[in-house]
Amino acid sequence: MSWLDSAWLIARRDLLVEWRSRVALNQVLPFAAVVMVMFGFAIDDTSLMRRISPGLIVLATMFSLLLLVERAFVVEREDGALDALHIAGIRPSALFWGKAGALAVELAVLQAVLLVLAVVLYNAEVVPSGVALLVVTWLATTVALATVGTLYGGLAAGARGRETLLPLLLLPVVAPVLIGATRAVEAALGAKQAVTDGWPWTGLVAVFAVVFGAGGTLAFGPLIEDEM
Amino acid sequence: MSGAPTATTATPATRLLGIAAVVGLAGVVLFGLVLTPADQSQGESVRMLYLHAPTAWVAYLAFAVTALASALYLFPKQHALGWDRLAGASAEVGVLFMAITLFVGMLWGRLTWGVFWRWDARLTTTAFLFVTYIGYLAVRRLGGTPDQRARRSGVLALLAVLEIPLVHFSVKLWRGLHQDATVLRPDGDVELDGLMLFTLLLGIVAFTVVYAWLVIHRQRALTAEDLLDEAGLDVAIVERQQEALV
Repeated sequence: MSWLDSAWLIARRDLLVEWRSRVALNQVLPFAAVVMVMFGFAIDDTSLMRRISPGLIVLATMFSLLLLVERAFVVEREDGALDALHIAGIRPSALFWGKAGALAVELAVLQAVLLVLAVVLYNAEVVPSGVALLVVTWLATTVALATVGTLYGGLAAGARGRETLLPLLLLPVVAPVLIGATRAVEAALGAKQAVTDGWPWTGLVAVFAVVFGAGGTLAFGPLIEDEM
Repeated sequence: MSGAPTATTATPATRLLGIAAVVGLAGVVLFGLVLTPADQSQGESVRMLYLHAPTAWVAYLAFAVTALASALYLFPKQHALGWDRLAGASAEVGVLFMAITLFVGMLWGRLTWGVFWRWDARLTTTAFLFVTYIGYLAVRRLGGTPDQRARRSGVLALLAVLEIPLVHFSVKLWRGLHQDATVLRPDGDVELDGLMLFTLLLGIVAFTVVYAWLVIHRQRALTAEDLLDEAGLDVAIVERQQEALV
């Protein structure tokens, strides 16, 4: 089986497991919505909420990312799935990109829902001139979070106490995405700056995605060999 | 496990190093608190410099050593665990010194800037380093065999090398958009006269010796811990075998 076939197979399997178990749909997505409502309770100022809605969207995405990554590797641990994949001769880099691909699809849906929620709950407005920036930022953030999430999820997979360790490891690392995506979405929604000011920030997120995509391709093997 | 109760991580060389560390620190205290003058604009608070800057230097040195030792574990074929223990020991001491740097820096910031914290690139990156290496130390305690620990933490240490420039760059870009907080001095840098500069350099040398001393001892203690684990496992196996025979 070629590299691409195995990556595709892994991605399809992960998404199928999610679709059948409905955990992402029935638990993670509602959790993200609850976080958005809680932000509203905490901030309690409609004009401020609208101004900071880009940051709240990205923050809610990151909290949900922790749950999705956790979930993606619980599936691997059960029934020794990692061992089976190893025996089947799946290359670690294909496993990495397969899992990252499935996670990216979940994150893309999640962020779209969060944007709609921000429009409904925080009165955020999508301006027509910002749509292109918004879409590119959405894609870049999705890939960035999916790669770094898969990499650090692999690091913590199979170890005791990893549920509590993952946030400590992952949240500091995704700080550049939080900064970049928030500024870019601010520009795209016209919340604080002009639309053109947002592009460098999207670039920052894209660089992050490339760095951790490459890092994950190289490092995923040594990381998960332990657990196999 | 018949380890001699007299076992110690000290050797004559490390004892000398320890004495040098204590003498050096005494010198820093003497020069820093007594012999150097107060700063014209900052007054007595400038003396924090002699603790703040050297501990920051040692913390950065420690994390560089961690990254280097991790690479030396991961890349050569032998995968020598000694490098991994050096990486771990260095990270522990680095986290300790970075905590001192941040604590002293906040006190100093309150006195000179009027605030404990400023969201500038240097401070924020330092805080990220601190959190990142706390995570690194937590990963080292995840359990498993020493080889598993070494591989996991080695990869993490090298990822930190990727991550830190990204964080620094993004925070710098981010702060570029904002006005600086209103502060008494725009920069923490101080005009140093000869004696102050000497004290600062003495501090750097003294704290580097302290670092070396602590890391050597920690590295040896970690080796002993790994040996103890191994011996404990052997004993347990023999006991189970005897149980089976009875």
